[in-house]
Amino acid sequence: MADNESFVEKVSKTQVWKSIFRHGPPNNARNRAAVVAGNVFLHLHPIKLKKSGVQLGYTWCMGGLTFFIFLALTVTGILLMFYYRPTAEYAYNDIIALREHVPLGIMRELHRWGAHAMVITVWIHMFRVFMTGSYKPPREFNWGVGVILLVLTMLLSFTGYLLPWDQLAIWAITVGSNMAKATPFLGNGGPGAAFAKIGDFALVSDKNDVRFQLLGGRFVGEAALLRFYILHCVFIPVVVAVLIAVHFWRVRKDGGISAPL
Amino acid sequence: MKAIINYLSDPVFSFTGIIFFFFLGIKHIEVVASKKFATIALILILIIFGWMSLDPVFLSIVIWPDNVPIIFLLALVIWSTWFAIHKGVINDQRMAAGEPPVEGTPENREKVWAWPNLVYTELFAIIAGTVFLIAWSILLKSPLEEPANPTWAPNPAKAPWYFLGLQEMLVYFDPWIAGVTLPVLIVVGLIAIPYIDTNPKGNGYYSFKDRKFAITSFLFGWLLLWIFLIIIGTFLRGPNWTFYGPFEFWDAHKVVAANNINLSEIFWIKFLNMPLPKNIFAREFLGLILVAIYYTFVPVFITRKFGQKFLITMGKARYYFLIFLVLTMMSLPLKMYLRWFINLKYIVFMPEFELNI
Repeated sequence: MADNESFVEKVSKTQVWKSIFRHGPPNNARNRAAVVAGNVFLHLHPIKLKKSGVQLGYTWCMGGLTFFIFLALTVTGILLMFYYRPTAEYAYNDIIALREHVPLGIMRELHRWGAHAMVITVWIHMFRVFMTGSYKPPREFNWGVGVILLVLTMLLSFTGYLLPWDQLAIWAITVGSNMAKATPFLGNGGPGAAFAKIGDFALVSDKNDVRFQLLGGRFVGEAALLRFYILHCVFIPVVVAVLIAVHFWRVRKDGGISAPL
Repeated sequence: MKAIINYLSDPVFSFTGIIFFFFLGIKHIEVVASKKFATIALILILIIFGWMSLDPVFLSIVIWPDNVPIIFLLALVIWSTWFAIHKGVINDQRMAAGEPPVEGTPENREKVWAWPNLVYTELFAIIAGTVFLIAWSILLKSPLEEPANPTWAPNPAKAPWYFLGLQEMLVYFDPWIAGVTLPVLIVVGLIAIPYIDTNPKGNGYYSFKDRKFAITSFLFGWLLLWIFLIIIGTFLRGPNWTFYGPFEFWDAHKVVAANNINLSEIFWIKFLNMPLPKNIFAREFLGLILVAIYYTFVPVFITRKFGQKFLITMGKARYYFLIFLVLTMMSLPLKMYLRWFINLKYIVFMPEFELNI
C-alpha cells in the first residue's frame, strides 16, 4: 500500500466497503451505470435519460418532492404513533403531552405541515403534467393512477385531520362526512334513498348508510376516531405505497419522463 | 378604500372580474407570458398584499397557522401558471419559426447519465425540502384547539382547506351535487382527460397554441372553479358561511337577506299568480324540462354551431362525454349567476325525494 493514498481510497479498498458497494467510484461510464443499476433505491432511475427530463425548468421536481414528503410523513407518522392512542379518552391528552413534555419537539409540526405541503406539491405536479401534455399516449393509464393517488393524498390528509381530537378536527370531519349522507341511494339524506323501503321500514337509514359505515356510528365519535386512525396509518398508506410503485414502474415502462415525440 | 375592496370582493364582482381577466389573459397570452408582465404583476401583488397585511383583521386570517399553506399554494399556483405559459409561448414562437420546441432541440434530446445529473438534483431537492419543512415547523407551532366537544359546534365549521372549494359549492348546490356527484365527476373527468383529448400535438413539451382548448378549459376549472373558490371559502367566509370582505370583522350577527326562491315559485306564484300545484311533477315541470334541455338540446345546439368538426375527429362517445363534462362544469358558474341575479334557490325543488337541483 502506497503511503500517499488518501483515507477514502484506503477505506474503499477494505473488504467491508467492497462487500457493500460492488463497484468503483461513479466517475466513469461503467461505474455510473453500475451505481444506478446495482442499488435497489437508485434503480428506480433509468441509467441514462434525455437531458430535458433532468432539467428543473421542465419537471419542477414536484413529483419527486411529493414522494419525498410521503416518506418524511411515514417516518414522522411512525414516531408519532409511539405516543398517540386513538381513543376519545387519551387522544387529545397525548397530543398535549407531545407539545408539553417533549423539549424542542417538532414531529407533530413536521407531520402536519408536511401533510399540507404534500397536497400542494401533488396538485402542482398534476398541473405540470397537464401543461406539458404528458398524459397523452402512451401515458394515459399512468395519468389515471396519478389522479387516484391525488385523491388518496387528500383522503390521507382528511383522515389525519381528525386524530388530534380537538374542536377543529371533530367539526371539520363532521362537515366533511355529512356529505356522505347525501350520496344518491346510499346516504339516508340523499336522493332516491326514500324509495328504498319495505312497507314502513327504510332500507337506507342513518344506522346503515355510507356515512354510518365511514364513521362507525351516527356521529363523529370514538368509533370514527379508531376508523380514521386505521385508515390513516395503515389502510390508505399501504394502498398509496402500492400505487406509487405502479406509478413509478409505469413512468419507466412508458418511456421515462415525457419529451417531444 | 377598504370599504370599496370589501364590497368588490363579493363573489358577484370578484368572480366576474376574474373571469374577465382570465379570458383577457388568454386572448393576449403573449403579453401575459412576457417577463415584463410578470415583473410588474409580481411588484403589484407584493405591494397590494403588503398593504392588505397592514390591516389587523386581514392579517389575523392570513397568519392563522392552518391558512399559511394556502399562501404557499397561491404563490406556487401563480408562479407555475405563469411559468408554464411563459415556456409554452416561447415554444409556440419557436415552432412558428420552424424550430423544434426547447425540449426537442438536439442538445436536449441527448442522453445524460442519471448519476450524477439526476441523482444530485434529487439530493438537492431532498435537502431543500427538509430545510424548508424544518424551518416551517420551528417557526409555526401546530395549532391545537379545545378538546372535541360534540355538543358545541364552532361557527363557522370549516372543512380542511383543500375541500373548501367543495364547501363553497354548497352555497349553490345541495350536498348530493356539491359534496358527492361533482367530486366524483371531477375525478372521473380528470381520469378521462387522456382518452378524450385525442390531439396528438403538445406531448412532452410546454405549449399553448397546439392545445388552446384543452389548456383554456383546464385552467378555467383549476384556477377559477377550484383555487378561487378555495380562496373565497378560506378568507371570505365567516360565521354562518356568510360573506365577509377581507377587511371586515367576522361579526356573527351580520344580517344577510335570505330571499332566495325556487323556480317553481317564480313560475307559478310570481308569473302565473297561481298557488303551487299539488302534484310535484306538475309543480316542478319547468325546472325538470330546463335541466333536460341543458343536457340534450344544448349539446345538439353546440354541435350544430361549432362541434361538427370535433364530432367527426373525436368520435361520438368521446365528443358527447366531453360535452357532458363541460356542461356539468359550467353548471356551477351558471347556478352562481342565477343565484346572484334572480335569487334562484333551486331549479328543481323536490324535497319529497331529496332531489334538489
